Amino acid sequence: MTSELQYIELYQEVADLIKSKSCDVMNAVRDEAFSTFQRLGFPSKKVERYKYTNVDAAFAPNYGVSFSPLTVKPSAYIYNIKNAPIDVSPYYHKIADTQDAITALNTALVHDALFIHIPKNQQVEDPIVVDHWLRGDAATMMNRRILIVMEEGADATVIINDHSADRQRFLTTQVVEVVCKDNARLDLYEIEETTPLCSRFCNVYIQEGRDCSVKHNSITLFNGLTRNLCDVYLRGENAEITLNGCAIGSGSQHIDNNTLIRHEVPNCTSNELYKYVMDEKSVGAFAGKIFVEKDAQKTVSQETNANLCASSDARMYTQPMLEIYADDVKCAHGSTVGVMDETALFYMRQRGIPETEARTLLKNAFMGQVIDQIKYEPLRQKLYVKVEKRFRGELDKCEDCRLCK
Amino acid sequence: MSEQENGQQNKPEKNELVRRIAEKKYEFGFTTDVHTEIIEKGLNEEVIRLISKKKDEPDWLLQFRLEAYRYWLTQVQPTWGHVHLPEIDYQAISYYADPTAKSKKGPQSVEEIDPELMKTFDKLGIPLEERLALSGTAVDAVMDSVSVKTTFKEKLSEKGIIFCSISEAVKNYPDLVKQYLGSVVPPKDNYFAALNSAVFSDGSFVYIPKNTRCPMELSTYFRINARNTGQFERTLIVCDEGSYVSYLEGCTAPMRDENQLHAAIVEIVVMDHAEVKYSTVQNWYPGDAEGRGGVLNLVTKRGDLRGVNSKLSWTQVETGSAITWKYPSCVLRGDNSQAEFYSVAVTNHYQEADTGTKMIHLGKNTRSTIISKGISAGKSQNSYRGLVRIGKQADGARNYSSCDSLLLGSQCGAHTFPYMDIHNNSATVEHEATTSKINEDQLFYCNQRGISTEEAVGLIVNGYAKEVINKLPMEFAVEAQKLLSVSLEGTVG
Repeated sequence: MTSELQYIELYQEVADLIKSKSCDVMNAVRDEAFSTFQRLGFPSKKVERYKYTNVDAAFAPNYGVSFSPLTVKPSAYIYNIKNAPIDVSPYYHKIADTQDAITALNTALVHDALFIHIPKNQQVEDPIVVDHWLRGDAATMMNRRILIVMEEGADATVIINDHSADRQRFLTTQVVEVVCKDNARLDLYEIEETTPLCSRFCNVYIQEGRDCSVKHNSITLFNGLTRNLCDVYLRGENAEITLNGCAIGSGSQHIDNNTLIRHEVPNCTSNELYKYVMDEKSVGAFAGKIFVEKDAQKTVSQETNANLCASSDARMYTQPMLEIYADDVKCAHGSTVGVMDETALFYMRQRGIPETEARTLLKNAFMGQVIDQIKYEPLRQKLYVKVEKRFRGELDKCEDCRLCK
Repeated sequence: MSEQENGQQNKPEKNELVRRIAEKKYEFGFTTDVHTEIIEKGLNEEVIRLISKKKDEPDWLLQFRLEAYRYWLTQVQPTWGHVHLPEIDYQAISYYADPTAKSKKGPQSVEEIDPELMKTFDKLGIPLEERLALSGTAVDAVMDSVSVKTTFKEKLSEKGIIFCSISEAVKNYPDLVKQYLGSVVPPKDNYFAALNSAVFSDGSFVYIPKNTRCPMELSTYFRINARNTGQFERTLIVCDEGSYVSYLEGCTAPMRDENQLHAAIVEIVVMDHAEVKYSTVQNWYPGDAEGRGGVLNLVTKRGDLRGVNSKLSWTQVETGSAITWKYPSCVLRGDNSQAEFYSVAVTNHYQEADTGTKMIHLGKNTRSTIISKGISAGKSQNSYRGLVRIGKQADGARNYSSCDSLLLGSQCGAHTFPYMDIHNNSATVEHEATTSKINEDQLFYCNQRGISTEEAVGLIVNGYAKEVINKLPMEFAVEAQKLLSVSLEGTVG
């Protein structure tokens, strides 16, 4: 519990610099967020939602903090928050959990933010792609912030890619806030392909109004240490949320996904599917909670977490939770940790498929269930290939971002 | 009857029914006027020395208590459970109550036991004496803190089985007790275990020698009778190689406004090829309909499957207690060992239960099964909390967990907090949980056939819990079924 000190000192030194580079909306909540962080410090393993990731150790090394400006290609819908077409103060840092230490730190240190705004009844055909490239000559910390506001009846697909271009240690904190007004629809994809030197702390907060439908896909293809948190607040009737996750670990990678779905009103539906394949010495953790408030009757919720441990040194922690205060609900969760089906392996080997090939096929099929859920066709096709490559060990660096080609 | 009354006949009738049930709700709520020796309230080293002295204990046990007490002082009451545990004033509790103190040396024969006390057990329907012979059960009844009577001792001793109160065991078999006491639940295990280790007053001790099948079911009955006493009993069961024992535990307490504390420890040691079946029907006073009073049931239960091919099965039916906080656990140390946990937890009114199990797989090819059924009604909160840990060496381990929750009423809550820590890739671990309310179609079907809603709920709940109740020994299964319907009466309509 000492590494927060350097961040506290850092903030005290550069607060004025950050404020001068930033805008009023962000500065308005900065000091308060900082004092929250100062009070909380980094969460220890005793904090239930952080019990599987050693946050203190991840933030301990000395990183230089990057304050390079955000480049936004001029296009409709995407803005630097400074040039936002609407007043963003009702949204910025309003959906996020202000009592989360990582979110508080991000809010204190972030100087620039991306704002995606889809106007009322606007259907955006092409996906909006946000690419993050981690570049630097020295160990660098980056703080990123994205705010997405979907007006009534808006419809869009957003893909957030996370790449690392240099073999350097990078530490990222990212906070994504999503506001979906009534009848909006959003497909949100987060794809991480970084290096084992990267640490990533990403918190996503989604608020849904009436008749909304949101799909969130979190795909971790290659990483170092990843901690993803996704909180969903269903605040309008008939809202629907689908959370899908795919995590592939090898080496000594660490993947920790923590989700919370809060059913606050009746008649909402949630679906959750997270799958892990952990190989070598990797560590996987999944904790998902479905929270049904007292009057949220007729809630339908299904949570599934399936995991494959492919080596004897891999570790998997799983914690699917239900907390239910309403009686007219249908909630179920299931969780499995297991090995590959020996009879299926045997069947394939009988037919002349080498064992390693058979194992790859099985892993691929196992993960296929998550990839199948991806609605945006080109991305789905690309991910089929990438997942297969990953299982063959051919995907050890991010390979298709422009910088690496 | 006037016309007006006639028109509303249905309603008063229903009210009458509800009132009747409300009155008879807790059947075991009577206190017995027995001469009881209670020591001064409060907890300090002197009290512990006094308890130890009263029981004429050897020095090692006193040191064991004092060490636990000193550790307890350094700890704070845990708060992680999904229950509202009140601040317990540990100084306002008397740590020792002895209903047998009249006869100085403790009861030597049945005649010496206070007749009032015998009546108490009659009311509870415990088969002491002749009824024992019929039911073939050996009973060790613990009232407040002291073991009152152990029956069938002679018959058991023919087979070399030791079944007696733990204080007797300390006197007569000090080596056995010293070897095993605290070896499964160490005094520093947790806050309440430390408290119990410091002040435990009595409990049962069972030792089954090698290759012996215990010819009858052993049973303990616990009852908190005196006011402001906590019951801290301790059960130690050692089942040696190739043996088998089935152990039953039942609990009741009279109605009291204030909360009564119950912090027990159960330790079970299972050797090679041995099998232990431990069944509990817990019916402590749950508090009244407004949530006043009731027993705080804070129990540490753990079995250590030390031997190869050993087997341990926990079955529990929890219907009582204002707060239940207990996790009967298994450490599967021996290769091929098997553990089972079957639980039905019913909460009504303002009861809160946070219960489940821990399965720690350490040996190879170990298997565990968890079946948990939660039923919540009224304004109660019912949580399942379980841990399945597969250690690095536990090749081929297998676990199946299933937790179902049934909600009766819109103001209660049902929660599931399963934890799975897997450190071995050859393990297969499955967990599934569902939460739902009573199926309307089933209710309608029963109603159609002239079964009242209340009765139908009873039928459905019993069917729902059947999987667990079937695992109970005969006598207990009947009692458990009765308890289930009594606990849920008045929840519908």
